[in-house]
Amino acid sequence: MRAQFVLKEIGIGLRRNLTMTIAVVVSVALSLTLFGAALLVSKQADSMKDYWYDRVEVSIFLCNKTDPKKDGCVNGEVSNADREAISADLKKMPEVDQVFFENKQDAFAHFKEQNKDSPLGDSLTPDQLPESFRVKLKDPTKFDVISSAFAGRAGVQSVQDQKKLLKPFFDLLTSARMAAYGIMFFMLLVAILLIINTARVSAFSRRRETGIMRLVGASNFYIQGPFILESAVAGLVGALVATGLLSAGYYFGIKRGLADSIQLLKSQLIGFDAVISVLPWLFLLGIGMSAIASFFTLRKYLKV
Amino acid sequence: MARCDATVIRFDNVTKTYAKQPRPALQDVSLEVEKGEFVFLVGSSGSGKSTFLRLVLKEERPSTGNIFVAGKDLGRLSNWKVPALRRQMGTVFQDFRLLPNKTVRENVAFALEVIGKPTSTIRKVVPEVLDLVGLAGKEDRMPGELSGGEQQRVAIARAFVNRPMILIADEPTGNLDPQNSVGIMKLLDRINRTGTTIIMATHDQAIVDQMRKRVIELEQGHLVRDQSRGVYGYQH
Ligand SMILES: Nc1ncnc2c1ncn2[C@@H]1O[C@H](COP(=O)(O)OP(=O)(O)OP(=O)(O)O)[C@@H](O)[C@H]1O
Ligand SMILES: [Mg+2]
Repeated sequence: MRAQFVLKEIGIGLRRNLTMTIAVVVSVALSLTLFGAALLVSKQADSMKDYWYDRVEVSIFLCNKTDPKKDGCVNGEVSNADREAISADLKKMPEVDQVFFENKQDAFAHFKEQNKDSPLGDSLTPDQLPESFRVKLKDPTKFDVISSAFAGRAGVQSVQDQKKLLKPFFDLLTSARMAAYGIMFFMLLVAILLIINTARVSAFSRRRETGIMRLVGASNFYIQGPFILESAVAGLVGALVATGLLSAGYYFGIKRGLADSIQLLKSQLIGFDAVISVLPWLFLLGIGMSAIASFFTLRKYLKV
Repeated sequence: MARCDATVIRFDNVTKTYAKQPRPALQDVSLEVEKGEFVFLVGSSGSGKSTFLRLVLKEERPSTGNIFVAGKDLGRLSNWKVPALRRQMGTVFQDFRLLPNKTVRENVAFALEVIGKPTSTIRKVVPEVLDLVGLAGKEDRMPGELSGGEQQRVAIARAFVNRPMILIADEPTGNLDPQNSVGIMKLLDRINRTGTTIIMATHDQAIVDQMRKRVIELEQGHLVRDQSRGVYGYQH
């Protein structure tokens, strides 16, 4: 009886305010989609960071004959003693994972490899390229430690963090996420205001029923339950719509849009499991927000 | 102790002043109502009858003084226990307060559904109570298809279906013609004979004079008369 009674009341209530219910569902769906998108962007950023940070290194370029005679290079080309001191110091540092030494020949080979198709390397000789230490850090964000220890030291021409090259890209992802959160905030506000208003209209249109319920001694649970469940159902439908939008967005945006067209990116893109993993949050937020907003609204309107 | 058990309503120096009202709606009222009594509450318009009934229902709280209903101090009763208190009381009003889109049967069943009674109980007691109030055969009518007297019978059935300890009636015959009023009073008398305490606010002189029950008269919030087997006006 109880469940049947409550379900019947919810159905009646939702249909009575159909237009308001649709407004609630749409606004909840949009805000949840933005929320999900923001979560996915940050997952995507993490996935790319994992991929790239594993591959980037800090390069300590040593002085070459041709370098201007200043800073670490006042004494011209790096001496054997300096080179060995740097190597020894690097290996002693706890932040350092691995160190490779790249001599002029290696650098030349690398350069040739990277510029196969251009005439750029034709006139180059190995002599013109600097030697360098390629340092892999245990924590790729600890670049500053290396930089402060080696920049300007005798024999060191420059310290370069490859991660810096990726920074603009990750900054872009962060801005995209922030923008999604920002718009989500306003959509969420709209959604909550709509939920509150719908609950209020709903309570008003059933004040006769609720008045009688109070008089015959129905508990708050019974009086408020249908209204709260009504909101929760609207929130649930909103979350379902958001799930659809997000899946479609994933399919057309990431899978079809990026992965299929840019093969290189394929291994760095988040999979559909990432979409699935954010869904519980969408449902929790959608249902929880609706139920809580109507609960607090009704507390004022349906006092015993 | 036996006396304590028999008292279902007690007012101790109760004063009620509504917000922004210069004079109290009820002033320093003390009285006791025993189990099984039938009490008429009389007095001119605005004398505080409805206020008294709302205080018993804990729809309003007194400004000062204490109210005890069914042994409970209403001032100490937490909000979540109010529904349990109200289940011991039935209420009937001048305007019937029926749900227009539900049948007679559904209106009565509603009162039981919302306090979580099982379907089997509802199926059993609703016809019984409709029979008691004389509405057998009209269970499937809508309130709009009934006379005022019949609508009030539905309201009484709803108030009584849970067998409350106290029945509170605020001018239940206020909208009825004399003939229907007599019918309603007979019904309330029958309910009273089952042991239910009845408190009824009324302006209906004929009824009060005929029934010869306890009469409590209010005048501008003061209790001015409390008379067993009384009449509507003063007996000079
Ligand atoms: N909710 C309220 N807020 C403010 N004042 C109120 C409120 N309810 C009643 N009053 C005032 O309290 C006084 C008593 O009102 P009450 O309704 O108890 O009278 P009554 O005896 O039931 O009158 P009637 O016979 O007309 O129903 C009146 O002066 C009324 O204006
Ligand atoms: Mg009144």
